[in-house]
Amino acid sequence: MKAFAALFTALDQTTKTSVKTAALAEYFSTAPEDDRIWTIALLSGRRPRRAITTTKLREWAAEHAGIPLWLFEACYPVVGDLSETIALVLPEPKTRIEKSLSGWIATLRGLDNAEDDVRKAAILEAWDGLPPIERFVFNKLITGGWRMGVSQKLMTRALAKATGIEEAELTHRLMGDWSPDRVSWDSLIEAPDPTADLSRPYPFYLAYQVDGEPHELGDVSDWLAERKWDGIRGQLILRGGERYLWSRGEELMTDRFPEFAQLVDFLPPGTVMDGEVLAYDREAETPLSFNKLQPRIGRKTVPKKLLAEAPCILMAYDLLEWQGADLRRTPLVDRRAILQDALGALPADLPIRLSPRVEAETWDDLANARAISREIGAEGLMLKRLSAPYLAGRKKGDWWKWKVDPLTIDAVMIYAQAGSGRRATLYTDFTFAVWNGNDLVPFTKAYSGLTDAEFREITAWVRKNTTDRFGPVRAVIPHHVFEIAFEGIQASPRHKSGVALRFPRMARWRKDKPLNEANTLEDLNAMLAQYG
Amino acid sequence: MVLEFTEAGIYCPAADAYIDPWRPVPRALITHGHSDHARPGHGTYLATDAAAPVIRHRLGDIRIETTQYGVEHRMGDATISFHPAGHVPGSAQIRVEVGGEVWVASGDYKTIDDGLSEPFEPVRCHTFITESTFGLPIYDWPDQEILQRDLNAWWAGCVAEGKRAVLGVYALGKAQRIMRLLDPSIGPILTHGAVEATNKVLRGQGQILPETIHVTDGVDAKSHPNAIVLAPPSALGSAWMKRFGTVSTGFASGWMRLRGVRRRRAADRGFVVSDHADWKGLNWAIAQTGAERVFVTHGYTAQFSKWLSEQGYEAGVVETEFGGESLDDVEEAEVTAP
Repeated sequence: MKAFAALFTALDQTTKTSVKTAALAEYFSTAPEDDRIWTIALLSGRRPRRAITTTKLREWAAEHAGIPLWLFEACYPVVGDLSETIALVLPEPKTRIEKSLSGWIATLRGLDNAEDDVRKAAILEAWDGLPPIERFVFNKLITGGWRMGVSQKLMTRALAKATGIEEAELTHRLMGDWSPDRVSWDSLIEAPDPTADLSRPYPFYLAYQVDGEPHELGDVSDWLAERKWDGIRGQLILRGGERYLWSRGEELMTDRFPEFAQLVDFLPPGTVMDGEVLAYDREAETPLSFNKLQPRIGRKTVPKKLLAEAPCILMAYDLLEWQGADLRRTPLVDRRAILQDALGALPADLPIRLSPRVEAETWDDLANARAISREIGAEGLMLKRLSAPYLAGRKKGDWWKWKVDPLTIDAVMIYAQAGSGRRATLYTDFTFAVWNGNDLVPFTKAYSGLTDAEFREITAWVRKNTTDRFGPVRAVIPHHVFEIAFEGIQASPRHKSGVALRFPRMARWRKDKPLNEANTLEDLNAMLAQYG
Repeated sequence: MVLEFTEAGIYCPAADAYIDPWRPVPRALITHGHSDHARPGHGTYLATDAAAPVIRHRLGDIRIETTQYGVEHRMGDATISFHPAGHVPGSAQIRVEVGGEVWVASGDYKTIDDGLSEPFEPVRCHTFITESTFGLPIYDWPDQEILQRDLNAWWAGCVAEGKRAVLGVYALGKAQRIMRLLDPSIGPILTHGAVEATNKVLRGQGQILPETIHVTDGVDAKSHPNAIVLAPPSALGSAWMKRFGTVSTGFASGWMRLRGVRRRRAADRGFVVSDHADWKGLNWAIAQTGAERVFVTHGYTAQFSKWLSEQGYEAGVVETEFGGESLDDVEEAEVTAP
């Protein structure tokens, strides 16, 4: 694991993408094949199953370090990471165990069904035989929480550099349901058999938010405008008489949406569509709110009642494969024409629709269409260049999202809590309140949107202005007003304020606003009435 | 009580004097020259011979008397003496004896010999007042030889890559300690004004320090191509650094032990080194004093005093206005450029 730990250190000691790519490419060129495969797996979120509970790890680490458990627990929030806390409190290693990354993973898996005392002995032996960084990496393998500051995109780029295989092609090869146990370096990277995995999805094409005025994109007739629907992105694959539904996070969610099973009988095998899974009222032909869809996402299987309450459709907007042929290089205008023909022939009671085109002669027409987005349950518009191929990943140029401006409200910060991991020593998680008469009613938490410098500034302020502590949470003097931006608002009996926000974040620190000019619960309820 | 904890600072009624007070008082006993311990506005100051020049340099025209280590001073009913704390040159623990009862206020201290400061000497006492800046078992400093090896390897690597190594260090203590660890065969040492001013004071009192070159307006990316630059944390990322062209930044602090802090600093390298005692050092020092009672000041006070209570000490927390090697200094560095 020395080489892997060295890679980890190299990645950790730089913020420069070029240096990271070089370090990874070097590793992919030199490490043993089994270790390379596991590294790819770890960096693309494929983790070994957690063999040992964190409760046990905490107990064993405290005991081995000769400190009481409470003191270990007191260290954890300071460090912000369990694996690192363990690595830091343990005594210096006594021996030096040399074992490869895949060797250690095999050791850990061997403990899956072992008795507790066997597991404990094996873990302590490892801790005593590894220098600090390898120990940290080893703990990460056990706990499974893996972040190395390397995106899948960067990893793929490094892999392309090391192998000479094109990046987009590699991205595709690394998609889907593979596991390091079942593949070799050869079968995954060098010479994959494209038909071996019928479930393998294509990389999703992701859009950027429009960063100027849309008319700067040129002639409006070059563009396809659609609603940006508020559901979950899904890629539906029909191959070999089976169906597979993938989320954008590369999660297989086929069983969560049994309604799509019937599509296998109506569309030919070798069909792959990109679209939005929506809870949908098929009588009224309107999408239901994201709230209705939410309970469907969390479950592995769906009870009948829920299926009836929140029926789903695929709002299809792109065709990536047709009759077994990869269409991604075909211009959008042609892909869409085939898709339209294919779907037009289907009975209306099937759970699939073609995402309608928003007709427009001018950019102003589109601006007007965008203005009514919230009323019809959409998040804004999507703009796609009609001549463009279907690219992989987030690329600028051909696909743009033109979201509606978020809703905003000015709120008072009343509680603060330290972050975790990288932000463990900063106060970054805040609770905000609005006025109700002379009282402040908490209504949302937010933890993003400020710069690092602003977080440091507010942290220093929180330390000096704490009025009370409840565990990790500090009550602070109501003083600072923040503009909270959010995408939606719903009634929620679980919250004291009666509302729940979607994607709340801090848009601005309103240092110019006095405390009494923050918004009120009445304002919040008015928003609920209008947009809820 | 031999010492009392008051609004103005740690007070000795028998001597009518304060130790490192944070409000103006008639008579102040000063452990060392860092700004959270040596503040302006007191009637008279007493500090060690080796600490006084920096205090004078920082506070200007003050009435200061000096003492050697270990010399007993009679003040009222109290006997006062200063003993090496190993924190920075001239730093002291202050021993106070009244009617046979002995208290020691440690100020800031570290237990290893850094090759620069007078090494820490344990002082037997009944009651010990300790800092706890790094009072958790996650803080364990690597040996100074390892630090020295890593520092020089990083510097040499920067030279090889044509980058300028710029290291963020506190101007008093850390900077000079690091300077003596640097390998002169790699290149010269360039210093920021804040570091050079302290160097001048310490040289003036007889400290032998490596040669340094003060960065003035004439110095740019091309002059002294192999040099390392030592600057206070606040200068890292400031306009002052632009003159050096392509740089690799390092930061030397005990907080660099934590990956989260290291990453957030966005310095290219973090070196774990502190002028405060680590967990083992704190525990060792306290055991050496033979004290039954321990008061814990700045740092992880609640956790450390609970730990000491479980170890059989009568332990309590005292709120002070000392900053220690403040994490805020590390965190604020980027926003408070000079």
